[in-house]
Amino acid sequence: MKKLSLVLLLVLCCTAVFAQQGQQVEMADALRSSGKIYVVVATISIIFTGLAIFLFTIDRRLKKVENQK
Amino acid sequence: MKFIYQTWWKVIAVLLVLSTFYTGLVFKAPRLPIIHETIRNLYFHVPMWMGMLTVFVVSVYFSIKYLQTGKEEHDLAAVECVNTGLLFYTLGLLTGMLWAKYTWGEFWSGDPKQNSAAIAFLLYCAYLVLRNSIDEEQKRAKISAIYNIFAFPIMIVLIFVLPRMTDSLHPGSGGNPAFGKYDLDNGMKVAFYPAMLGWSFIALWIATIRYRIRLVENKKNAIN
Repeated sequence: MKKLSLVLLLVLCCTAVFAQQGQQVEMADALRSSGKIYVVVATISIIFTGLAIFLFTIDRRLKKVENQK
Repeated sequence: MKFIYQTWWKVIAVLLVLSTFYTGLVFKAPRLPIIHETIRNLYFHVPMWMGMLTVFVVSVYFSIKYLQTGKEEHDLAAVECVNTGLLFYTLGLLTGMLWAKYTWGEFWSGDPKQNSAAIAFLLYCAYLVLRNSIDEEQKRAKISAIYNIFAFPIMIVLIFVLPRMTDSLHPGSGGNPAFGKYDLDNGMKVAFYPAMLGWSFIALWIATIRYRIRLVENKKNAIN
């Protein structure tokens, strides 16, 4: 049984390797499509998110100062 | 000091950045292999570093000023500039990593530009750690001012000089043509220069707001 399962496993490995051939290798297609324009979109989103988080921290700090009065 | 309370330059900064969303995304850009449309990151990723540089330069200026005059406000201005600079530093690193994933294949591939940027990031984090580790105010201000003045040229060398002398994949380094020489045609300058200027002033704006809050905090702590 052990041998059989080992053989089966090796055969399956083979098919897995064969399955790679003839396919497109490039992955993460969503961001690579349309001339990678969505990378730029994601960049702008990162910048905006970062600024927003920073704004919230400033807001909290100012609130602390205001509440001290 | 009156300059930081005025509004006109903040409006100009917002308008400049706003214009780049149109000019940067719609106008024609050179067609390059691998890079494709991500060449437009030039208007969004690179200005982060410009903004960082602006506030760090201002920070060094106030550190020198502090050592000359010994006024506490100058020290506070220097810290808040570094805090703001680190925000833009982080944004620059993250956007750069994302871009690297889709052009170089990995978020972090140990490229000289990435590695030295990480080292310089730690250099500035150490500045904040150093400040927090000293309780006595004058000593803290003086030591951190001196540290800041020395950290700045090291940061410049790490980020802008050393990667250019080795084989870095980053545009503008190690034999890779910078966008400026061959690819930055006049069409790109229309979006690039306003972006650089606009984000610099936005960085400055954030730093001034943090400085003003810091001033109020400081005044309250002195009374109590």
